[in-house]
Amino acid sequence: MSSSWIAFRALVRKDVLSFVRDRRALVVSVLTPILIAAFFGYLFGDHDEPGRAKMAVAVVDLDGSSLSRQVVAGLAGEAALATEAMDAARARDLVRRGKVRVAVVLPAGFGAAATRALFGGAAKPAVELLYDPSQSFARPVVEGLLTLHVMQTATRELFSANGSTAAVEATLADVRANAALAPERRADLTRLLEAVRDFQARQPAAPAGGAAPGGGGLTVPFAVSDVAVSAGPRYNGYAHSFAGMSVQFILFMGIDAGVGILLQRQQGVWRRLRAAPLSRGVLLAARCTATTLIALGILAAVYLVAMLVFGVRIEGSVAGFAAVCVAFALFTSATGLLIAALGRSVQATRGLSTLVVLLLVMLGGAWVPSFVFPEWLQQATVFVPTRWAVDGLDAMTWRGLPLAAAVAPVAVLIGTALAFAALALWRFDWDAD
Amino acid sequence: MSLVAEDLHKRYGAITAVAGVSFEAAPGAILGLLGPNGAGKSTTISMLAGLVRPDRGTVRIGGAAMSGDADPVKRELGLVPQEVALIEDLPARVNLEIFGALYGLSGRVLRERCDAALELTSLAERALDLPREFSGGMKRRLNIACALLHRPAVLLLDEPTVGVDPQSRNAIFETLENLRAAGHTLVYTTHYMEEVERLCDRVVIIDHGRVLASDTIARLIAATPAASRLTLEYDPPPDAAACAAVAALAGVRAVALDAGTLTVTTADIGAAAPRVLELLAARGLSCRRLASENANLEDVFLALTGRSLRDR
Repeated sequence: MSSSWIAFRALVRKDVLSFVRDRRALVVSVLTPILIAAFFGYLFGDHDEPGRAKMAVAVVDLDGSSLSRQVVAGLAGEAALATEAMDAARARDLVRRGKVRVAVVLPAGFGAAATRALFGGAAKPAVELLYDPSQSFARPVVEGLLTLHVMQTATRELFSANGSTAAVEATLADVRANAALAPERRADLTRLLEAVRDFQARQPAAPAGGAAPGGGGLTVPFAVSDVAVSAGPRYNGYAHSFAGMSVQFILFMGIDAGVGILLQRQQGVWRRLRAAPLSRGVLLAARCTATTLIALGILAAVYLVAMLVFGVRIEGSVAGFAAVCVAFALFTSATGLLIAALGRSVQATRGLSTLVVLLLVMLGGAWVPSFVFPEWLQQATVFVPTRWAVDGLDAMTWRGLPLAAAVAPVAVLIGTALAFAALALWRFDWDAD
Repeated sequence: MSLVAEDLHKRYGAITAVAGVSFEAAPGAILGLLGPNGAGKSTTISMLAGLVRPDRGTVRIGGAAMSGDADPVKRELGLVPQEVALIEDLPARVNLEIFGALYGLSGRVLRERCDAALELTSLAERALDLPREFSGGMKRRLNIACALLHRPAVLLLDEPTVGVDPQSRNAIFETLENLRAAGHTLVYTTHYMEEVERLCDRVVIIDHGRVLASDTIARLIAATPAASRLTLEYDPPPDAAACAAVAALAGVRAVALDAGTLTVTTADIGAAAPRVLELLAARGLSCRRLASENANLEDVFLALTGRSLRDR
């Protein structure tokens, strides 16, 4: 066995042992990403999980008509909503305090006005949607569901066999009086409504209160079949979180590896290492190898827990997953080397590096997936290597893509690692102690 | 195996750190390398250890010129850095194993050398403990042991006793004296003059990147203008004529009178003292107190550099 190989192994052993024996490093690098990924995975994961929180919505029915009651009942039946009927003042107060996300206020006369306004002949009733501006995404959801139920109920009220003849008569009168309608159009609508009136007149007497709920009326003319497009039998919401948090905390470890060289310089250990008959290549290669091995160890530990506890699976290529892991580990070690080459004081270097890494992981989609970024930011972050790492891990896990999908992330990560390493070697101050 | 520095030069930008330093450290001897802060001493040590490449000049170990980081001749060198250069979060024995492996030691040889080093430094019972739990003296002993594992012919010691208690310091001195007796070549830097006077066979004094003096301690003291001093108190004090007569005596270099205290500087205090006393007694003056002080290395250093060795 050559002396250089013996020394190389000893240097790698030194760094790996130092990391493993450092409880703080172990907690920060392994346990913390698992805990945070578990939290984010739970928050942003599969929405069909039982027990997931429904959207709190207040409903204020100032009308009390058959139509408004049916609309309220329809909203209450929606799986995504947790509705509660209350008065207007309380609804406004709860929205203001963030206790409910949206309040729907159906005004007095809503039922009659909504039916008559179907053909534009009468004024449309004003429905108020009070919403929490910090959660404005809830408003269009509630508005869509409200539209669905109002349309369904109003058309049923007007056109079904057991519909309201009075409503038809009122609408007929509105159409006849509507000067804005073209004569031919008015004649068509009049014939339509008269036919409906005659049809209803031939039916047995309807129960008091108008049309029977659940029958007739316009319905959504299609059925939605939800198909989650990923390779696995079921999308795992934790997979992305584990990818992102692994990337973040392994890069933190990379910072420590770089700062470690600065510390060794401070402590004189670097002088002792350099006094040995070893080439600069052996010294730096051993450091990079140790960092790479530690990064791979962290990835293995984090994903082992992800698989055993949180059901994350490599649905795509196992070889591709391994390749992305190795490429990212190499990128981490090159980043550490660059930090050691450019850094001066330990504290300043650690602070600045942490800031840069946080920016890299944020823009890389480690916290939230990059597809939620604005379009321009999605384009810009193509140049952020951490995004390729996260996308590569996503591709090989929950997206279930083949080995070919790992080629681009691996190429970008290794290319960036080589560029960082070259810059580090150029800037490394060998005379500094 | 000798260590030779031949005309070493090193510049950092516009600053000349070392400008033509030459000396030789012989086997079986300890060479003291002295110099005030900024004198170029650390840069010289760094060049001797192969940490910094000289702009000009050569370092020879056993006649072989050292070139490049991986030069096998560096196996003959051991460096004890000024700092406690240990991996504090790994046990003492693992530190020894790692630093031994850097010089190609492995297997049974490495284990035996580690055992021997732990015995030598009286750390065998603490072999599995972390250096961060050690006292300053124990750390320093381990620091030296790490440099001895590969049994280097030449040992560079950069202030190895800073912060060490007297007992540990004596233990370190004994180790170094044993190494000298075994024929090792030692280069020793320190700010403690008494260490140099106890340990070093020769001294090289460096300032402004140049060698100001290089010789044995005795010869350096003999050659320095600042020689031994004789201090005498008289009441009444000698007059100007008496002082002039003392100054004219053979072997006397200078005379100073300050409020009844006469200070006589001489190269040979044994010969000068009786003559001075006889001359003044013949003039009716009786000596009330007499003290003598031999010149030391501190005087030599002060005379050569204008600074005290401990000015930091």
